[in-house]
Amino acid sequence: MLSVTGLTMRFGGLKAVDDLSFVAHAGDITAVIGPNGAGKTTAFNCITGFYKPSEGQITLAHANGQSFPLQRMPGHRIAARARVARTFQNIRLFAGMTVLENLLVAQHNVLMRASGFTLMAVLGLGAYRAAEGNGLDKARFWLDRIGLLDRADDPAGALPYGAQRRLEIARAMCIDPVLLCLDEPAAGLNPRETDGLNDLLRSIRGDGCTLLLIEHDMGVVMRISDHIIVLDHGKKIADGTPAEIRADPAVIAAYLGEGDEDEEEAAA
Amino acid sequence: MIRAVRDAGLSALIALGLFAPLIGLVTENGDNGLVLRARPIAVAVVVGLVFLGRLLMLTRRRAITVPTLAGPSPAMLRAGSAVAPVLLMVALLLPLGGSRYYVDLATLVLTYIMLGWGLNVVVGLAGLLDLGYVAFYAVGAYSYALLATNFGLGFWTCLPLAGILAAFWGVLLGFPVLRLRGDYLAIVTLAFGEIIRIVLNNWVSLTNGPNGITGIPRPTLFGLRFSMDGGEGTFAGFFNMEPETIQRVIFLYYVILGLALITNWFTLRLRRTPLGRAWEALREDETACRSLGINVTNTKLTAFAIGAMFGGFAGAFFATRQAFISPESFTFIESATVLAIVVLGGLGSQLGVALAAIVMVGGLELLRSFLSFLADQMNSPFFAGIANELPLYRMLVFGLALVVVMVLRPRGMVSTRTPTVLLGGRA
Amino acid sequence: MRQHIFAKGFIRRRFRPSKPRIIDAALPGGTRVCLLAIASSERSRRLAYALQQLINGITLGMIYGLIAVGYTMVYGIIGMINFAHGDIFMIGAFLSLIALLGLAQLGITAVPIALALTLLFAAALAALYGWTVERIAYRPLRGSFRLAPLISAIGMSITLQNFVQVSQGARVKPMPALIPGGFVIMDTGDFAVQLSWMQIVIAVTTLFILAVFTWLVTRTPLGRRMRACEQDLRMASLLGIDTDLTISITFVIGAALAAVAGLMFLLYYGAIDFFIGFVAGVKAFTAAVLGGIGSLPGAVLGGLLIGLIEVFWSAYFSVEYKDVAAFSILIVALIFLPTGILGRAEVEKV
Repeated sequence: MLSVTGLTMRFGGLKAVDDLSFVAHAGDITAVIGPNGAGKTTAFNCITGFYKPSEGQITLAHANGQSFPLQRMPGHRIAARARVARTFQNIRLFAGMTVLENLLVAQHNVLMRASGFTLMAVLGLGAYRAAEGNGLDKARFWLDRIGLLDRADDPAGALPYGAQRRLEIARAMCIDPVLLCLDEPAAGLNPRETDGLNDLLRSIRGDGCTLLLIEHDMGVVMRISDHIIVLDHGKKIADGTPAEIRADPAVIAAYLGEGDEDEEEAAA
Repeated sequence: MIRAVRDAGLSALIALGLFAPLIGLVTENGDNGLVLRARPIAVAVVVGLVFLGRLLMLTRRRAITVPTLAGPSPAMLRAGSAVAPVLLMVALLLPLGGSRYYVDLATLVLTYIMLGWGLNVVVGLAGLLDLGYVAFYAVGAYSYALLATNFGLGFWTCLPLAGILAAFWGVLLGFPVLRLRGDYLAIVTLAFGEIIRIVLNNWVSLTNGPNGITGIPRPTLFGLRFSMDGGEGTFAGFFNMEPETIQRVIFLYYVILGLALITNWFTLRLRRTPLGRAWEALREDETACRSLGINVTNTKLTAFAIGAMFGGFAGAFFATRQAFISPESFTFIESATVLAIVVLGGLGSQLGVALAAIVMVGGLELLRSFLSFLADQMNSPFFAGIANELPLYRMLVFGLALVVVMVLRPRGMVSTRTPTVLLGGRA
Repeated sequence: MRQHIFAKGFIRRRFRPSKPRIIDAALPGGTRVCLLAIASSERSRRLAYALQQLINGITLGMIYGLIAVGYTMVYGIIGMINFAHGDIFMIGAFLSLIALLGLAQLGITAVPIALALTLLFAAALAALYGWTVERIAYRPLRGSFRLAPLISAIGMSITLQNFVQVSQGARVKPMPALIPGGFVIMDTGDFAVQLSWMQIVIAVTTLFILAVFTWLVTRTPLGRRMRACEQDLRMASLLGIDTDLTISITFVIGAALAAVAGLMFLLYYGAIDFFIGFVAGVKAFTAAVLGGIGSLPGAVLGGLLIGLIEVFWSAYFSVEYKDVAAFSILIVALIFLPTGILGRAEVEKV
């Protein structure tokens, strides 16, 4: 589904990402791990169109055969056409707007088309009402799934941290993506919330969406990913299944360190 | 307590340093060139006020509460929702009071309200700091003036044209600059506003330069002119009334009231559309918008163009009301005034903007006339002096108000935001 | 035939209108000896005219450069445009005027002493203004939403302008030339290139102050702290640098420089009013952007460029539209060259 070839990102003299190549298969949960500064978020930003890569190719292939050269597309096109959604390391919700409005904004493009590019909506003509109804239904569906239905009309900024993270994921899902990129979704979550996150991500994968995530929490990574890529100093140092990665000496040296209870529990 | 006094004393000392030279020593025209005149009393008064003010602030710190994210109480909401209809009633019935002075003042206030609502789309909803809004006002005014005086087109024909031209300029300016970040956009729009003013002032062959354009025709009511001869084809003639200027004044008042109400209705409807929501989302977090597939540049452009269009309408009205325009009316001060109205009213709140305009423009003028009245009644030069000085202080107060509001209550007077859609019932 | 511009002695020409001679240049307030006389011809006249514009442009550019440094420093350290900075320049000019008048009324008329005292007075008080503006209008808003510090800055700018208008009057304040005269460095017979003492004073003062300032930023611990804060504010504070103090000092220094520019402006143009900060502010900001926002040598370079462009535009095209030229450059620069000539690319952290 997503194939990255020779991705390089240079900032001045510094190579944040150096000749990175990997493949994320459709329907997989692929995790990108590595120490801080390894270039994970930079690679993400290149994939989702927030940075323009210095070199390399990023190709996204849809199930219907359409393929998109992501390295050349601007961020909003990647989201709208190629249907790649993302969340951010520092939560970027629309804090002053309500939870429901956050989810509706995500459906902007669909609703815009249905509203006859606004003019009809202003005049209150028919087709828009129906489209807005559909939009609300989809929002309701996701709110239910993340357990925030009763807080739909609260300002998003008033939610507790864990709920905000879930809301950001739900908002990303409202654009109906084929690829969901998550930047440290488990950061700051307690163990119970992390379990909930794992279930949510697995269910999203079950619906047919491919996931790509950056994560430091090894418990999450080892428990749910099908495929792990390890970065260090901008380069890929390992690529394989969780079992393979756990045993890889290069990875252990750079990042994992000694065995952890979380991973042994997950392996068991 | 001692600490507070010491702190206040320090503030007073700083105030002394700041104000003693500029307030205390005035440069005035003397016999050969400038001389300095000392005004120690003024300095003492100001420094004293600073001292007392700071002391009060420090000792009553508990009284200053920071507004929270939570909404207002139900009682306040009910009261708040009553304000708008009341204002509307007052606005509709005002001219029946008959006094020309008040109708004129209300017309002025309504013009600023309309400008405020127009800028509100750009600054309040979309969060784009436009410091050159007066440019679109000027485009609207000059378009109408030139079309009317050169081609003889009437007000109602030119009104949509003025709006379209202003929107066109909005897109033209916006297209290259809207991808700049906030600060840069602000200063670029400022520069653009100034460029327009300088061009209007100097392109004499087109705009008649500083002398302006005179003889701009007034609007008609379904073809009825408001002229004083009272004959065929005039308003007075048709209704068999004595022609009086107040008729035209009232008519103009209802014209601007209508325009303003249309602006308001349009904006309120827009807020509930995906476009309006996208604007507010843009204001909150542009990066997140991009990640959701929203074409940020086009969305910003639309906000800019629509805001410019309303500015153009207001400009055309201004031209027709005065029957004369010159570049002097379109300075940065106007942009700043409208910005102050939008900011103080609460970015994004229609009612807040209206209230701010009423208080700041209307209120100040009423204060001035009240003081003049007092001065006449009591034969007091003191009040007369203040009344005369008041317009000078207006911008000073606006500027201070901007700073104070930003520091204390960044969301403005009406600090809550009504959501555009509610899951649990009507919004 | 080649013409030598600075040649001592006579130059024999075929079409010399008059004998070569030492010319007494009749400049306002004083006379000076000229260096030589060259035969007039259209080319040399045009060359002389251009040279004059060059001199004038560099002088004006130095004033803009002093103001631009303040903009670029503040932008570098807290990432916002200090809209009120141009008005600090204006206040510096007014403070200088008041100081000079006051000193004259007190009887201190020796020009160097008066100027030195005025410089210290204006710089110190303008620094106080700069400090106060930062404390009142910017510091409380450091964590606030994007537009808040901008609007506050605009409010502060309007406040300062109108404060001076209300307290000092709206009329233009003239001042007779304090350092009159200069000398003619090149005379083509119908156009004489003049270099006034004032221009020399401006150049020397600006260069000296910039040299001191550069030393301050590159060699002292304070300068290191400022540069650290500019690179990464949070990290600097984690490392124990008092970021609040450093930011305040940045504002203070910027304001002092602007005050010097104000004094120079007052002496050079001889007339100030409460509105000069507005236009000069935008132009100086343009200079900062052109040179690369965040880069100090860039600010000076940008200042010189803007000064030259403005003067040459006025001389060769039209005086009325000179501000339009400067403002248009701002728009063009921000669209096509946002990092400026000497600046570094800014990457937004997502």
